[in-house]
Formats: sequence, structure tokens, C-alpha cells
Amino acid sequence: MAQVTLNNNEVDIVIGALHSDLKSFLNEWKPIFSRFHLIIVKDPDLKEELQIPQGFSVAVYSKSDIERVVGSSSAGLFSGYACRYFGFLVSRKKYVVCVDDDCVPAKDNAGNIVDPVAQHIVNLKTPATPFFFNTLYDPFRKGADFVRGYPFSLRTGVDCALSCGLWLNLADLDAPTQALKPQQRNSRYVDAVLTVPVRSMMPVSGINIAFNREAIGPALVPALKLSGEGKFRWETVEDIWSGMCVKVICDHLALGVKSGLPYVWRTERGNPVESLKKEWEGVKLMEEVVPFFQSVRFSQLATTAEACVLEMAKTVKEQLGKVDPMFSRAAEAMEEWVKLWKSVGSS
Amino acid sequence: MAASSSVKPVPLLKDELDIVIPTIRNLDFLEMWRPFFEQYHLIIVQDGDPSKTIKVPEGFDYELYNRNDINRILGPKASCISFKDSACRCFGYMVSKKKYIYTIDDDCFVAKDPTGKDINALEQHIKNLLSPSTPHFFNTLYDPYRDGADFVRGYPFSLREGVPTAVSHGLWLNIPDYDAPTQLVKPHERNTRYVDAVLTIPKGTLFPMCGMNLAFDRELIGPAMYFGLMGDGQPIGRYDDMWAGWCIKVICDHLGLGVKTGLPYIWHSKASNPFVNLKKEYKGIFWQEDIIPFFQSATLPKECTSVQKCYIELSKQVKEKLGPIDPYFVKLADAMVTWIEAWDELNTPSDANSAKKANGALPAAAK
Repeated sequence: MAQVTLNNNEVDIVIGALHSDLKSFLNEWKPIFSRFHLIIVKDPDLKEELQIPQGFSVAVYSKSDIERVVGSSSAGLFSGYACRYFGFLVSRKKYVVCVDDDCVPAKDNAGNIVDPVAQHIVNLKTPATPFFFNTLYDPFRKGADFVRGYPFSLRTGVDCALSCGLWLNLADLDAPTQALKPQQRNSRYVDAVLTVPVRSMMPVSGINIAFNREAIGPALVPALKLSGEGKFRWETVEDIWSGMCVKVICDHLALGVKSGLPYVWRTERGNPVESLKKEWEGVKLMEEVVPFFQSVRFSQLATTAEACVLEMAKTVKEQLGKVDPMFSRAAEAMEEWVKLWKSVGSS
Repeated sequence: MAASSSVKPVPLLKDELDIVIPTIRNLDFLEMWRPFFEQYHLIIVQDGDPSKTIKVPEGFDYELYNRNDINRILGPKASCISFKDSACRCFGYMVSKKKYIYTIDDDCFVAKDPTGKDINALEQHIKNLLSPSTPHFFNTLYDPYRDGADFVRGYPFSLREGVPTAVSHGLWLNIPDYDAPTQLVKPHERNTRYVDAVLTIPKGTLFPMCGMNLAFDRELIGPAMYFGLMGDGQPIGRYDDMWAGWCIKVICDHLGLGVKTGLPYIWHSKASNPFVNLKKEYKGIFWQEDIIPFFQSATLPKECTSVQKCYIELSKQVKEKLGPIDPYFVKLADAMVTWIEAWDELNTPSDANSAKKANGALPAAAK
């Protein structure tokens, strides 16, 4: 299989800063991140100044920058964890890698430090195979291939637009689950990357992702904001909503979504029992959206990510708006986002 | 709050599970499996020359069927059972009286996990079959029912009960299950990657099902596990398990049953001759380009509420849509119907004691 080259100039690393002190976080990542350009977006609600160590090529955006670029009315799209979407908007690179600020490098089963940027880029630069499941997982990995019975016409695959990584230590469990199992830690390193099949829905966690910005940038939408949204992952569903939109859009545009490697090590933060009260809202909303996403369809005219988002926004408003006003607001946010993408996001 | 996950012992199911093994050579490989298989009843399906005696290692409780037995038991319906191809193993599924089947090839041995420990493949398959599947929504942490795993944030709670698991598809270390062209291009490639995951194949997604290391719930999906017409007198080979895999997946999706893949691994020791394989697979490589779209778009009407009804309906669609490609598919569609007729005949309670005497059963050796 062709070698994948990792070109520094093709990648931006976007970090949404929900903590002000990024010194230990960035120092842990220095060996891996320092060759790339970083975009750090500070949560507009964070009062303290960011502390960023030396040795990085970095552009920092705070509340005033966000307001200057998108206007103060649109700035509301980017509060809390959604601040990183501003980074996606202003990036001009082909690939964006995004990791939460409470994650550090993980080690694989052999004890080697995992370079998630390299793995994400390999995932994005090798084809995805969404139309037929390969039982040996990613057929383009060294030492693997398509198995007997895999149709030859489907072996070229499609472009991979989204790479969803995983987490050791604190997995991305919801609050009720983590509250029930407070000692549970994810220690299982599953050495696989696989394409999530077409039409299959999945919860895309925003904690450790990478995407082809040119292919689907506009489809990662900062849209669904819980009224009680908080500063812990347990208190958000913005990435879940965004991920479900991206998946159906990728399915429509015949682009692939991969899941699995790379792992990051996610550290302790927050109290799931405390977050239970807030997350309940998100849990309820998820129940409404499943039938919607199962049946969402796009017209033949929707040939770009932007067009898909606009069509979706309309359907969300029509079908989900009456279920909960939060969805109407999400639909409006999606339309606003596409406008911003057209004015700010394209050079 | 107590957080220790109580690891319950996996039930042996020794009176509820049969191990079906097709063989044409010998069963020496069973020695290595003895600690794991000895407590189970084996159904040996002897392919090839029925006058040859297959020696079964001492101490195993088994029933053995050769071609003469198959002909005697099924009469004219024996035409649906392949000859000179491991596809004949599905006869074992038909005559079994147990709820679960595990089938394994006679060149598959016990593998070791990364810690060096022998893998009890059967135990893992049982775990897979006894825990639910989750075909309606993909869980990024794979099987949520495994120790140390769970559903991730965003996974709808209404889908967390899962559905019953009908099939557990295991994998292989060492010689991977490649087709002939791939074997020819990469004769030395060995699968050394132990992927510590079990996952549900999503609804609506097809996969290549390999029969080398496979377990299933016979009561849930048995009649759909027909391994087709292969081998002697047939234009195709090495597509038996593939055919069954496409059929069972469409039917499982329709009936709301789950199919898992991943662990357990076995050690596949023998690489078959790629040139021989190419001859067998040749037509299949072309035909599968039409077969796959057929299965991908196959729908079953609501009235098909049993596996048998689903399968008969599928056979009609095979005849209608694939028949035009080659007369083989017309034959295959008819064989699918014959299979169901034979299955129902052998598996209705009143016929339980009809003459299905095996060859070489050792009732006294049961442990």
C-alpha cells in the first residue's frame, strides 16, 4: 500500500481551552505538537488569561477576537466546548486535529507513546470502506488486507473525511454510566481502525477527532446547546449532535468515517453525579433524534457539505422543532454557521 | 457505591452446544483442543470417500456422518448437501438437536493471547452469544457488555438493551482468510495483530462470513445457515460460508437479531494452495459483483416472521434476480428450498426418533 506522508503544512491543531493553565497540557504534547501550527481558542466564558508555554507556533483567539471576526451576535455559537469550532472556522489547512485540553499522550501495548496526529492523518489519507464490512478491520494497515469474499469493486474505497479516536483511562461515558461505575477506567487498547459503515449511526465524541476540513469542514456544526450546558463533557451534547450530522452528510457525499486508533489518555475532571442533573436534558434529547437521523435524506442538489447542512437545518426545523425548541435553535445555529463559513471560513 | 464488576463464570452449555467439524483427512487437531472441547458433543461430517475411516481421538463423545449416511438420511434431498467441499458441514447443523453450534475447521488450533495464555475460543463465543448485540447504533467502545467497557456518551438509552445475538464470528491469527488473488500477491503475509474487540456488525451492513471459527444460535438462525452448493459438480467453491453469511445477515437484520465479529481468535495453520483456490473462486469473484448488490437491496416482507419463511422468500428472489446471471443460481435457489424442507423434516418433534442413526457414535464414551 502507498506510504502516507505527513506534511506539517497540511495540519492545524485546534485546542479549545476550557482551562486557563495550559502549561502542563502543552508540555506533555510538545514532542508531538511542536512541529505543527496550533490554534488555541479560549472559551469566551473563561475569565483568566491563558498560560501557554514557549516553543510552539500558535495563534490564540479569545472572546474579543471571536467577536471581531464573527460579530458579537454570532459569538454566542462559540461558548464552552464549542469554542473549538471557531478554530475550525479560521483554519486554512486541509486537515484539522482537535483534542480536549484534559487529554495527554497515551501509550500503546508495547509501552510506546502514541502520536495521535500521525495516526489521524494516516486514517484521513488512506481510503475508508463504508459499503462493506472488512472483518480484519482497516485493510490498508500494514499486515492486513481485504478478506476473502470482499467484493473487488469496493476495494478502492472512498476518501476518509473524519477520524474518531478513542480514550484510555477516562473513557467518554455519560454521567449516569460513570456515576454507576466511578472506578471504571478504560485500560483496553484495541489495536484497530475501522470504517463505520454507511447508514450506521454513531456517537462522535469531540474529545479526540480529526477531519478533512476541505471536504467536510462546514458539516461539523456548533449547533445543539443544552440550556444547562456546562464546562464538563458530561454536560454537553454539542459534539454528539455535530457528529451525527457529519455522519449522515458523509454517507450522502460518499465519504468515510473511521473509528478506533489513535488513543489519548484522558485525565480526571469533574464529578459525574454532579453532572447528572445537567446531562439528563441531553440524554432525553438523544432519544428524539435517533428516528430523525435514521430517516434523514438529502436531495440530489446537495453536493457539498454546506448544501447538506442547509438542507438538514430546514428538516430539523420542520421535524424536530416542534418536539423541543432547542432543535429550532440548533437549526438556526446551523444556518448561521454556514453563513459564517461562507464569509469567514473560505479564503 | 460498589464498583467492582462481578465476573460471573461463563456457563459451559455442555448439554446445549454441539461442535460441528467437517473433515476429509483426520482429526488430530482435536488433541490440542481437548481441554476445551472434551465436555462437548461433536458432530463430525466426513466429506469425500465414505469408505475411508476417520479416526477420532479417544475420549470424545461424537456422532459421525459420511456421504452414505447423508444420502440415507435425506434421500433425494441429499442433493442440497455439497460433496467434496467443507460446505457439507451444514448437514451437521441440520441433524444437531442442540440450541447452539460451534463450527471449526480441522486446520485450526488453539491460539495464544498477547499474555501468552491459551485462548478458550469456545468460551468467548458463548459469551458473545449470551450477551446482546447492538446493531442499531454503533458503539465506539465496541461491545458495551464486555468487562471494562460500556456504552459511550450519546448512545441512546432506549437502544441499550440490545437485541439477541444470533451469530458470533471469530477471527484467525497466522494464516489470514484471504482470497486467491490476495494470497498470490502476498504469500507470506501472516496475521499477527491481536485486536482485543468484539463488535456488532451494524444493521444494513453485509460482511464476508468465514466458517472457520463460527458459532451461532441454532434456534434463532439455524435454518438460514445453509452453506450452498459447492465442490463436486458445481462451478464454484470457497463461497459456501460467504453465501450463508449474506443470507443470515439479511435475515438477522429483518428479524432484529445481532451478528458479532472479533474475538475469539484461533490459530489457522494451513495455507491452502492459491492456484487451486483461484480455480474454485474464479466465477465467484465475478458473480459476487452482482450478488452483493442483490443482497444489499434485498428486502423481506413483513409476513416473513420465521427464519424458514425468510429463507424461502430469499430463495425466490435469488431465482428471479440472480437466475439470469447463471443457471447455477436457479439450482442454488432450488437447493435452498430443499434444505428448508429437509431441515423442517428432521427438526419436527414427531420425527425426532426417525432413522437418523449416525456412523460410529460412541454413547458409552460420553464424559
